[in-house]
Amino acid sequence: MLEVEGVSVQYGAVRALEDVSLTAEVGAITTILGANGAGKTTLLRAMSGLVHPRRGTIRFDGRVLTGRSVEQVVRAGIAHVPEGRGVIEELTVEENLRLGSLILGSRSAQKAVIAEVLELFPPLRDARNRYASSLSGGERQMLAIARALASRPKALLLDEPSLGLAPIVTARLMAVLRELSRSASLTIILVEQNARSALSIAQSAVVLNLGRVVAADTASSLAADTNLRHHYLGF
Amino acid sequence: MNFFINVTLNGISSGMIFAAMALALVLIYRATRIVNFAQGAMGMFTSFVAYSLLQQKVGYWEAFAAALAIGMVLGVVVERIFIRPLHGKAELNPVIVTIGLLIVFEGIAGTIWGSTNRGFSPPFSQTGLRVGRTSIAFSHFDLFIVASVIILMAVMLVLFRFTRAGLRMRAAAFAPETARLLGVRVGRVLTLGWALAAVAGSLAGLLVAPTTAFGPLYMDFYLVYGFTAAVVGGLDSPVGALVGGLITGLGVSYVGGYLGSSLEPLGALALLMVVLMARPEGIFARTAARRV
Repeated sequence: MLEVEGVSVQYGAVRALEDVSLTAEVGAITTILGANGAGKTTLLRAMSGLVHPRRGTIRFDGRVLTGRSVEQVVRAGIAHVPEGRGVIEELTVEENLRLGSLILGSRSAQKAVIAEVLELFPPLRDARNRYASSLSGGERQMLAIARALASRPKALLLDEPSLGLAPIVTARLMAVLRELSRSASLTIILVEQNARSALSIAQSAVVLNLGRVVAADTASSLAADTNLRHHYLGF
Repeated sequence: MNFFINVTLNGISSGMIFAAMALALVLIYRATRIVNFAQGAMGMFTSFVAYSLLQQKVGYWEAFAAALAIGMVLGVVVERIFIRPLHGKAELNPVIVTIGLLIVFEGIAGTIWGSTNRGFSPPFSQTGLRVGRTSIAFSHFDLFIVASVIILMAVMLVLFRFTRAGLRMRAAAFAPETARLLGVRVGRVLTLGWALAAVAGSLAGLLVAPTTAFGPLYMDFYLVYGFTAAVVGGLDSPVGALVGGLITGLGVSYVGGYLGSSLEPLGALALLMVVLMARPEGIFARTAARRV
């Protein structure tokens, strides 16, 4: 369980997050929605240790993460897939995956997990020796997620995975995520602009506006709230 | 024709040294975007340590290994003490610091060993090999230069391609933030990069030492040549460093052979200018933009 409690983040004079709290359950997808500049990405970056909150605490399975470095947060079992996919183009598909699996330590564990994630994303299996620069947008997103899974995380933070993808690719991706959260009892936090598709697979949702939480509920009741949808989600 | 062959051979041998120097610069540049102006001086310093050991009747190979090892330690120390604290500051700061270190290392070497030039005895004969009845401008020592730089390049290649440390180093160089998100301790990886670069720089220092007037400033021109080679090769490609080294070595050697040896540095600068004007990203560069 990932708990965010009263987190505030400031970039210079700009308040990016103000007193944000949320709880993400194991085996469920929690989606964070909101317009551009609402603070969604900042919230993910705070969870993975890329930015340090001024106030508030973030706990994972009861352990406090706030104040820890990114490298320590990864080792605590949190994998962050940054926006814009973040695959390393100069490395091959397999090297990207190996990089993700390095924190597992043993070579046999790395081999096993790479075989596993390639099973999950067949297009990557065929492209394993190609440079990531040659992949399509959808393949890159698969690689970024596969690489995060290669560290055998307990929580997966996804920043706008559907950005720039064709609707059919997005749909397939969402199906994989739903499957993952169920079968691998993974805590998934999904930041999305595409609120409609995110709400369709998430169990709970948090809506941010100008750095504050304006709504937090189950995904289905948020989706049913027309007023909120019009105001903050644009559909 | 004979003259041409000899000038070419000479160019290959000095080109390999430039390549080692360029590799040292490239290893640091591609990981940190810093040109280490102290690279030559660091190689000079460790070569002087080897010189002192040789004076103490230590064998050449022991002194050689010690210089490389001390170079490695020096690389770690410089990165940790002088470069690390500047992380995130203005880009120019670390560059100025490396220029400062260049002066400091040359000053310290002058204080310890004096500024008069000495002779550094080579491990192999420097008289030209004989092909038939003619002697060519390529000695056993030149052979040693070529072989040791090839071994250096091969070791680096294997390290980068096939080891976990190499994968981490490449990831940290290409995408530091993504690497951190995957658990790579980028700080350690940068230190390792400086250590490896210092080994390459020390090797260059040791290879130059017997061929020149050995004093605290003897690596200065080699820094310029190594930098030229690195730019020709694209500043962030180890293979580019090797090719750039050979191009620069041959270029400088032809200029020296046909136009006079006093023009050699000018030849390197001319090459640098031509490359920067015609193809500023270098021959093997991955990135189009460059800040230095």
